[in-house]
Amino acid sequence: MNFGFTEEQELLRAEVRKFLDQNCPLEEVRKLCETPEGFSRSLWERMAELGWVGLTISEEGGGVGLGWVDLVVVLEEVGRSLFPSPLLSTVLAAKAVDLNGTEAQKSRWLPGLADGSRIGAVAITGDEGRLDAAGIALEGRPDGDDFTLDGEKLLVMDAQNADILVVAFRTGSGEEDLSLAVVERSAKGLNIEPHRTMDLTRRMGRLHFDGVRVSADALLGSAGSAWAAIEHLQDCAAAAVCAEMVGAAEGALKLTTDFANQRVQFGQLIGRFQGVKHPLAEMFIDIESFKSLCYYAAWLLDECSPEAPLAVSRAKAYASESFARIGVDSVQLHGAVGYTWEYDIQLYLKRAKWARPAFGDAEHHYQRVAKLRGF
Amino acid sequence: MDFNFTPEEEAFRDEVRAFLDENLPENGTRDMEAVAEFQRRIREKRWVGFSWPKEIGGGGGSIMEQVILKEEMARRKAPALGACFMGLAWVAPALIEYGTEEQKQRFIPDILDGKYQWCTGYSEPGSGSDLASLQCRAVREGDEYIVNGQKIWTSIAMWSKWMILLVRTQTDVEAKHDGISCLLVEMESPGLTVRPIKNMAGGDMFAEVFFDDVRVPVENRLGEENQGWKVTVSALAHERSSISEVYGLTRSLERIKVLAKSCHRNGRPASEDPGFRSRFARADARIEAMRLNGMRFLTKQLRGEPLGSETSINKLHRAQLEIELGELALEIEGGLGVLVQGDSAVPDDGLWQRHALSWPEVVIGGGTPNIQKNIIAERVLGLPKD
Ligand SMILES: Cc1cc2nc3c(=O)[nH]c(=O)nc-3n(C[C@H](O)[C@H](O)[C@H](O)COP(=O)(O)OP(=O)(O)OC[C@H]3O[C@@H](n4cnc5c(N)ncnc54)[C@H](O)[C@@H]3O)c2cc1C
Repeated sequence: MNFGFTEEQELLRAEVRKFLDQNCPLEEVRKLCETPEGFSRSLWERMAELGWVGLTISEEGGGVGLGWVDLVVVLEEVGRSLFPSPLLSTVLAAKAVDLNGTEAQKSRWLPGLADGSRIGAVAITGDEGRLDAAGIALEGRPDGDDFTLDGEKLLVMDAQNADILVVAFRTGSGEEDLSLAVVERSAKGLNIEPHRTMDLTRRMGRLHFDGVRVSADALLGSAGSAWAAIEHLQDCAAAAVCAEMVGAAEGALKLTTDFANQRVQFGQLIGRFQGVKHPLAEMFIDIESFKSLCYYAAWLLDECSPEAPLAVSRAKAYASESFARIGVDSVQLHGAVGYTWEYDIQLYLKRAKWARPAFGDAEHHYQRVAKLRGF
Repeated sequence: MDFNFTPEEEAFRDEVRAFLDENLPENGTRDMEAVAEFQRRIREKRWVGFSWPKEIGGGGGSIMEQVILKEEMARRKAPALGACFMGLAWVAPALIEYGTEEQKQRFIPDILDGKYQWCTGYSEPGSGSDLASLQCRAVREGDEYIVNGQKIWTSIAMWSKWMILLVRTQTDVEAKHDGISCLLVEMESPGLTVRPIKNMAGGDMFAEVFFDDVRVPVENRLGEENQGWKVTVSALAHERSSISEVYGLTRSLERIKVLAKSCHRNGRPASEDPGFRSRFARADARIEAMRLNGMRFLTKQLRGEPLGSETSINKLHRAQLEIELGELALEIEGGLGVLVQGDSAVPDDGLWQRHALSWPEVVIGGGTPNIQKNIIAERVLGLPKD
């Protein structure tokens, strides 16, 4: 029994943290937010060279072949730094291909994703971020062995920068009518419109499909039987977002604790007031707890355990609920400077607003936990 | 990360399981004689005081073996590992670390055998959370200490033969933690009076204890004079996995699940109410987090890394969960929640009403939530002391 990371994983964490601290402190993050692309191509390329982009991609696909537990280590640090990049999206798109693609499809798409030359994105939820099968509305009309897509997808992470999009669509009204396919950016009839997001470190977009043709060889798995794969991808995504939330929440706690240890009012450090120190202690308790849930969920995903969905939902529910509160409380504990554009704490509040509903909010996941636990 | 056990550990688990198959009392903890017999047999297996060195009668069990033993015992709802709760929990560990050879010989075997009970005389009317401010006084006279003062909230004082007592032996001290000594006192000593206190559930489990010129032989001092604080708070090398607590909470949650199917809200089973479902899941996620936090602490312990105040995390979770589960169950019962055991319409034989009146044992007894938060804020996050 061992619920900790290996030496290699700790080393990986230290390297990622050093890289981000040196190359992308929060001033740099703010600058990237102002750019049209919203991230740094050069840092992205270096991360790919270091093997972090292809970390979870199979070795045959040109990646390192590690698991979600290893990814958690990287994403925690990425979250802590609020580092803007299409890492999460690319990893998920690759996962979809890796798990569901044929050999031909893997060799067609994975190497480019692994070496960072092509960016991936996933459009696997319904509008308003709905996660159930019925929520997936994009329609695909069979046309011989091919399909023609008409409709749209909202809230697609990193859509605007993506070269390869993994898209869920339906050909009928049931759960057994869902399919998953790769659509390339260059596809005719595909139009990508950026969303305006509160969290500027997180780019999202709206996909318009106007008769976009999906050929049979772009289908991941067989037509109409993709729901299990989609649900699994959503779980992988939720666990990955949780890992970022762990890091980001720790970042917010650190900023706020440092502030409480330096701001003086009534002749003493405000960190001495229990109205300040107790909320900080509560943040710590919650972060450590959803951290445990997140690690365990990642491990179960790697083990392909049937318990993974329950573990993911427990983690994402707890994380969504408490990170949202941490965002608000940490701004409040800063007083007025916390409300300024200049102070960094607001960046974490905005991240919490993004992360809360991403791949299921607390209420969604608590309801799923109740169901899976037979309540 | 790996949640599997080694073949040796699995073999030990099989041994525990086989033992429980054979020896577990049939009627749970109801049949007192059967429980006593069971405890005699686990004592023979050296599973009482399992973590202590073999030389003093312990079992010399490794941390992982302790976890496995606790887990299997909890899984099967076995009676406690040993009958002398406080003796096992902190008197004997303090004796092992600070006791004289003679004290060890005299007390530890009896604690292992559960011959009699120990009680804990720490809290005073004026000293609860601020324990180090205690005033109960002991003055040395030759080979004896003369003790005067009062203790309060002393659990099971009326049924105990011995008490581990904190007294002030020096008053002109700079830090209030100095000048405190730890004495082992016979409850039958002349001048010692016990007065039970009734709690809100109507039971009397704790008491006031008065000391009026009570004479305690110096040989019954545990540790050095004026070093009593260190003796009692010394980090006990306990396994910190919270396993028994997690099993207890999980069992409560399972019972709530059954309760929610039998109670109704607007003519539908309460288990269909989305609000209740959400609260059930919220508690479930926290119990699982406790279990996993415990495993992370355990991993640190196994790697020989220092384990600090972060274990307060699970204490706080447990405190909140004990309250929340009681509240949730009573709300699920709706109007029937006002009834108590003995009424023909009360659900679950009044279990949740008893629960709703007993949580202070856990929430207040072992250091209040505010104090746990202070510990985390000050010792983990490095915020100033208040
Ligand atoms: C069922 C039960 C069994 C017990 N058994 C024993 C026993 O066997 N032996 C024994 O010695 N004691 C025992 N106790 C006593 C227990 O240890 C004390 O009750 C506990 O330490 C709290 O002290 P207090 O009750 O005096 O509350 P107080 O310390 O007076 O606290 C009152 C309130 O003030 C808050 N408070 C106090 N200080 C602070 C602070 N610095 N910051 C913020 N809030 C603060 C507390 O959180 C609490 O809400 C038992 C208690 C219970 C309920």
